[in-house]
Amino acid sequence: MVRIDGQGDGSSLIQVRGIDKTYQRGSEEIHVLQGLNLDVDAGDFVAFMGPSGSGKTTLLNLLGGLDLPSAGSITVAGDEITRLSARQLTAWRSRHVGFVFQVYNLIPVLTAFQNVELPLLLTRLSKVERRQHVETGLEVVGLVDRMHHYPRQLSGGQEQRVGIARAIVADPTFLLCDEPTGDLDRKSADEILDLLGRLVQEYGKTVLMVTHDPLAAERAHVVVHLEKGVLVDAAKTRRAR
Amino acid sequence: MKYRHLVLPNLLRRKVRTGLTIGSFAVALFLFGILAVVRGAFQQGMDVAGADRLVVVNKVSIIQPLPLSYRDRLARIPGVTQVTFATWFGGVYQDERNFFPQFAIDRETYRQMFPEFVIPDDQWQAFLVDREGCIVGEALAERFHWKVGDRVPLKGTFFSGMWEFNIRGTYRGSRPQDDTTQFWFRWDYLDERRPFGKGFVGWYTVRIADPDDAVRVIKAIDEGFANSPWETKTDTEKAFAASLVKQMGNIELLLLSIGGVVFFTLLLVTGNTMAIAVRERLRELAVLKAVGFSNGFVLVLILAETMVVAAVGGGAGLALAKLFTLRGDPTGGLLPFFYLPLNVIGLGFALAMVVGLMAGILPALSAMRLRVVDALRKV
Repeated sequence: MVRIDGQGDGSSLIQVRGIDKTYQRGSEEIHVLQGLNLDVDAGDFVAFMGPSGSGKTTLLNLLGGLDLPSAGSITVAGDEITRLSARQLTAWRSRHVGFVFQVYNLIPVLTAFQNVELPLLLTRLSKVERRQHVETGLEVVGLVDRMHHYPRQLSGGQEQRVGIARAIVADPTFLLCDEPTGDLDRKSADEILDLLGRLVQEYGKTVLMVTHDPLAAERAHVVVHLEKGVLVDAAKTRRAR
Repeated sequence: MKYRHLVLPNLLRRKVRTGLTIGSFAVALFLFGILAVVRGAFQQGMDVAGADRLVVVNKVSIIQPLPLSYRDRLARIPGVTQVTFATWFGGVYQDERNFFPQFAIDRETYRQMFPEFVIPDDQWQAFLVDREGCIVGEALAERFHWKVGDRVPLKGTFFSGMWEFNIRGTYRGSRPQDDTTQFWFRWDYLDERRPFGKGFVGWYTVRIADPDDAVRVIKAIDEGFANSPWETKTDTEKAFAASLVKQMGNIELLLLSIGGVVFFTLLLVTGNTMAIAVRERLRELAVLKAVGFSNGFVLVLILAETMVVAAVGGGAGLALAKLFTLRGDPTGGLLPFFYLPLNVIGLGFALAMVVGLMAGILPALSAMRLRVVDALRKV
């Protein structure tokens, strides 16, 4: 269940209350987000759509603890992340957020295995346990046989699947995907969207995705529209209905 | 160790650039090693100087002699326990480029005065009974492939004519820094053959009972010979060696200046290289931070890369310098003490690490302060 009216009962996984995000450019104040409310339950698959500059990525950054709002609060799984220090936010991100980026952002000098292993280096898992987790992650995205390949040896779709494996390997509370299919052809994009759908369906993951692609948005349960920093609409997709 | 693969592959990402940076460290540390060796060679006299030995020379100049009669007067000065003397010979062996120091020594006292030079008893005894006998340092013997029993001709310069000597023994140093390039022969042989300056010696070396008493003994010696035709100037052996080095100019300042410029340039080159390397990887560093790596971790990661470059390059440069010095003095005798001690290698390595740290700190700080959202926005 996704609400944008701020009237959630407090049981949602993600609760956003009245957040503003303002940038100062010279003497001018730019209001990127204004009085935004959002409730997302665990297991939801939410797509954010809107024109460029509407604040989609800024919202994603705030939800992922990469940036702080100018006003308002964000609570995830009971933690009010807007009250955390930078150091606490970093630790929080490692436990709760899996990021999937538009341009994959794999580290080119590391193999697929090593890229997926990155978040696990921050845990106390042994080498053997890390290996098991990484292999499981790569199995989910269907790339176990490519684990020793470098990003340059993979196609765009495969790279994004490695990116998704990296995002899920530490079993985060939710995934934030910033235009995950934006750099892919239709076929690869469909594969990635299938994969995200499976993560929600089979593994109960919560996925929040920014996209410009209506076909991609249609894969979500709910599409939330932003315009000029305001959430204007949250509608169930045909698939969810 | 689990972060190892975050450091090393990054260095191999631009192999030529990393190779050149490592090369810069290697060249700088090689130069450091050689400069340290040259400095050590000039300071060797000071380093090996006995704390309880004084050198007495003619007050006018070291090339002016002193009478042999001073030997007994010196020995009578309270605090003096032993006296020996020597004279610079300055002969030429085959070619003027084959320079090595030659001293006519007092056979009765010289060995006791310099116990750091070790000579087998039988060889010393053979030297004592052969008027034309000589003792050579083992480095000198090795240089000219001499062995005991060989006959060595020297062409006199101050003392004209051909002088021939029989090698009766070789000495070795008891410490690595001891000079084993000297050639000793008997002063009585020199005094007998030379046409002028008979009864004179080049300088005296005296041993004193208490090094803390050196100032008083020095004063007593120089006052004792004041107003004589051959006034003396006495110094501790260390001060004497230092004054010899000083005559050649401020070697220390020259070497420090060269070294300073080289290291400063290295700092700028490496700092610039690391800054470029960080700028190229802003997105990757941002991703690391996004997935939960701390600012401190990113700082250490960048510093670790610089330190690895410094360690590999610095280590290689110092190893090359050590190898170079193992071949011995390349100047043909001007720098007999051509040796790179372990403590200097350690100092050089520490210096490389400090330069690495300093070169990496600004790029590492900028990486640490990087805002994830800003870096991810840049494509």
